Amino acid sequence: MAARPTLAIYWASSCGGCEIAFANLHDRLLDLDARFQLVFCPCLMDAKTKDLRSMPDGGIDITLFNGAVRTKENEEMAALMRRKSRVLVAYGACAAGGGVPALSNLSTAEEHFASIYLENPSIDNPARTLPREATRVPEGELRLPRFYERVKTLAQTVSVDYTIPGCPPEPQTIWNALVPFVQGGELPPAGAVLGAGRSSVCDECRKTRKDKKITSLGRFHEIAPDSETCLLEQGILCMGVATRDGCGALCPEVNMPCAGCYGPPEGVHDQGAKMAGALGAILEIETQKGRTAEEVCRRVDSLIRKVPDPVGTFYKFGLASSLLAGASRRRKAGTKE
Amino acid sequence: MTKRISIDPITRLEGHGRIEIFLDDAGEVANVYFQVPELRGFERFCVGRAAEEMPVITSRICGVCPEAHHLASVKALDDLFLVEPPPAAKKIRELFYMAFFVTDHTTHFYALGGPDFILGPDAPPSERNLLGVIRKVGIDIGRKVIDCRKRNHEVIKTLGGRPIHPVGGVPGGWSKPVEEEQRRAIEEVARQNIGFALFSLDIFNKIVLSNRDYLDMVLSDSYLHKTYSMGTVDDGNRANFYEGLVRVVDPDGREFVKYSAGEYADHVAERVEPWTYLKFPYLKAVGWKGFVDGAGSGVYCATPLSRLNVSDGMATPLAQAEFERFYETLGEGKAGGRHRPVHHRLATHWARLIELLYASERMLELAADPEITRKEVRTIPDGRVKVTGGVGCVEAPRGTLTHHYVADAKGVLTKVNLIVGTTNNHAPISMSLKRAAEGVIGKGKPVTEGVLNRIEMAFRAYDPCLSCATHSLPGSMPLVVEVKAAEGRILQTIRRDDTGRVGGTPPFLRKAPGAEEESGS
Repeated sequence: MAARPTLAIYWASSCGGCEIAFANLHDRLLDLDARFQLVFCPCLMDAKTKDLRSMPDGGIDITLFNGAVRTKENEEMAALMRRKSRVLVAYGACAAGGGVPALSNLSTAEEHFASIYLENPSIDNPARTLPREATRVPEGELRLPRFYERVKTLAQTVSVDYTIPGCPPEPQTIWNALVPFVQGGELPPAGAVLGAGRSSVCDECRKTRKDKKITSLGRFHEIAPDSETCLLEQGILCMGVATRDGCGALCPEVNMPCAGCYGPPEGVHDQGAKMAGALGAILEIETQKGRTAEEVCRRVDSLIRKVPDPVGTFYKFGLASSLLAGASRRRKAGTKE
Repeated sequence: MTKRISIDPITRLEGHGRIEIFLDDAGEVANVYFQVPELRGFERFCVGRAAEEMPVITSRICGVCPEAHHLASVKALDDLFLVEPPPAAKKIRELFYMAFFVTDHTTHFYALGGPDFILGPDAPPSERNLLGVIRKVGIDIGRKVIDCRKRNHEVIKTLGGRPIHPVGGVPGGWSKPVEEEQRRAIEEVARQNIGFALFSLDIFNKIVLSNRDYLDMVLSDSYLHKTYSMGTVDDGNRANFYEGLVRVVDPDGREFVKYSAGEYADHVAERVEPWTYLKFPYLKAVGWKGFVDGAGSGVYCATPLSRLNVSDGMATPLAQAEFERFYETLGEGKAGGRHRPVHHRLATHWARLIELLYASERMLELAADPEITRKEVRTIPDGRVKVTGGVGCVEAPRGTLTHHYVADAKGVLTKVNLIVGTTNNHAPISMSLKRAAEGVIGKGKPVTEGVLNRIEMAFRAYDPCLSCATHSLPGSMPLVVEVKAAEGRILQTIRRDDTGRVGGTPPFLRKAPGAEEESGS
């Protein structure tokens, strides 16, 4: 039997959920064992960075890289993993789009430090001490990796071959993503999203859609939905229509709106723009016919204003890769990255 | 010549956690620094978010214990939106939480802390792991551990919607009622969990408590720190993980303070050091006196051990019997009607198993409660927002977890403060590492592989899953120690590989050609 392909899993700025999701393959881990050889995974085994450095460039067949790039150290490891891997996969929402921590890009590093180390209610810091890259202690010097101005995706840091979506990717998504590599034959086209579907969560949601227009949007904690009907049609801002399928519509199944963790459907670049478009189509603005464009806009605006945090709602998992990230970068033009 | 030992560890954290040991001219330990070189900034970037999104956002702090953050968050929102969940919702939340506690504590005992005892601290590193445990006690046990993890994750998914980063919690309740069929299945899982917990305690009893050498090690000064203890208790001062008052007892076991979650900032303050991204909480009324123990230092612990220390007993019968046996075996008698605290950090492993039993029994009580299937699971908030903000507290497996949110009139967050389980123990972990290092390094002794595990054991008692703080995972903590001259030249490198001591890790993870010293596994 030919040598099994080698596999690595690495995490950068992440929560560990992607590794737990991998472990949740349960019995299928044994199948994976038969088909792959895991060579580097700091979270699950203890080959060290030093071992990684000593591998030949391109020596790892596939690397699943999870977590975003937040610190200098994350960036260095991304470059190292890229060099050592033939195929580098952005694994999970943080590597793919920045994930939840990319909401960080709405504030500067200085604002983060101020909130976390100076202003919060339990802080006792009269000397206004902040963590810094190098600290002289009586016995020597201690160093910390630099906290960057903004969160980057893996693809904004190094070139990436594929993406596996989800926060975290569900086990069936991980499994489906790896199948092409063990079956042999042609690999998916470069840049493909692996393991998930191509359409939207709505296509796998069991709730009933009646193609009803909605007249208002509410906040999900203020609405007790009926469990049979489409949440969006009940005025709950469910991101399903702007989110790639593949999870099995898990959140709507327990009456909670899709939060968008699988990222945009195939061919859609900006998840938030897609959602705004979808809202435009479903909101009841037909009665506005005959009114001026300005009046119609005002109507749409007033409905959108019911969403208290459009950025956090539309881009909860993908701010770093969104069009908006550019806007936030421009706003901070002049600040040092 | 001044030497420096960098334990840049803790492979599962590769780069996310670091221990720096400085030796003086005589080669004795001068100081030890435990650094956390990682920060994501939730306390800042949650500002501006809609408050109700927080249970979904903050679960992303940790993929190992998202359930703890999810619940601390919904409780903070109950408080913020001035809403009381219906009884069934509270019970569903707690039921969900007990299933989580069972999986989490099981992983720690079998994959992390247990191997040191079951196989012995001086067993070959390649054996000191879950697979070594299985070899020693039999393959059936490995199967039991995997089954336990699987069935409880299934419960978490049934109730919370997803096995990782669940979504069921909403301010004022839970998103979906429990069906009778689901309830019956969960009740069966709880029964199996009780059997599994008793079985685990029996293993601990036979292998650790019946072994005089181990008991001496548990009771030795190298693993002793007399700090304050923190934990949540019910109105009978019995341990509770989901709700109650936070109780702190002093090193002698006298109640120091008991407070509700909302008062946390009156009692806990956080210190900032420039050389680590993680803060150091301490008791405000005592003050920060540095990395020292005793009643005069504000350093406190929040662990399974400290939770037993603050409790007058356990709320379920089997766990209560085990609680008594724990203090009879390790304690130093009673004072003021309560057991004196146990301060031996290695006893935390036993305490964790007692909690495993309690969580299993409590899970059964809740699953068997007819009220759990009631359809009223939500109280809809009426739009009010508490001006002073909302605070939610739960006991996470690794310590008291506090979420504090302040919002504007629309419920958009203006301030977010989080004190997470492991962060509570940042100072005690640093102190324990120093004490262990002092015990094994210096006096002309070479720094050998044997040194490493003794240092690790001090750390591991706190649960080396630094998930929330450093984003580690349950797993082994193989070490690379570099002894450097002060100018940075490496004088000596000691590696210790022991792949396989991994939470629920399959056999294939042992095969690591990249790690040159793994032929033994």
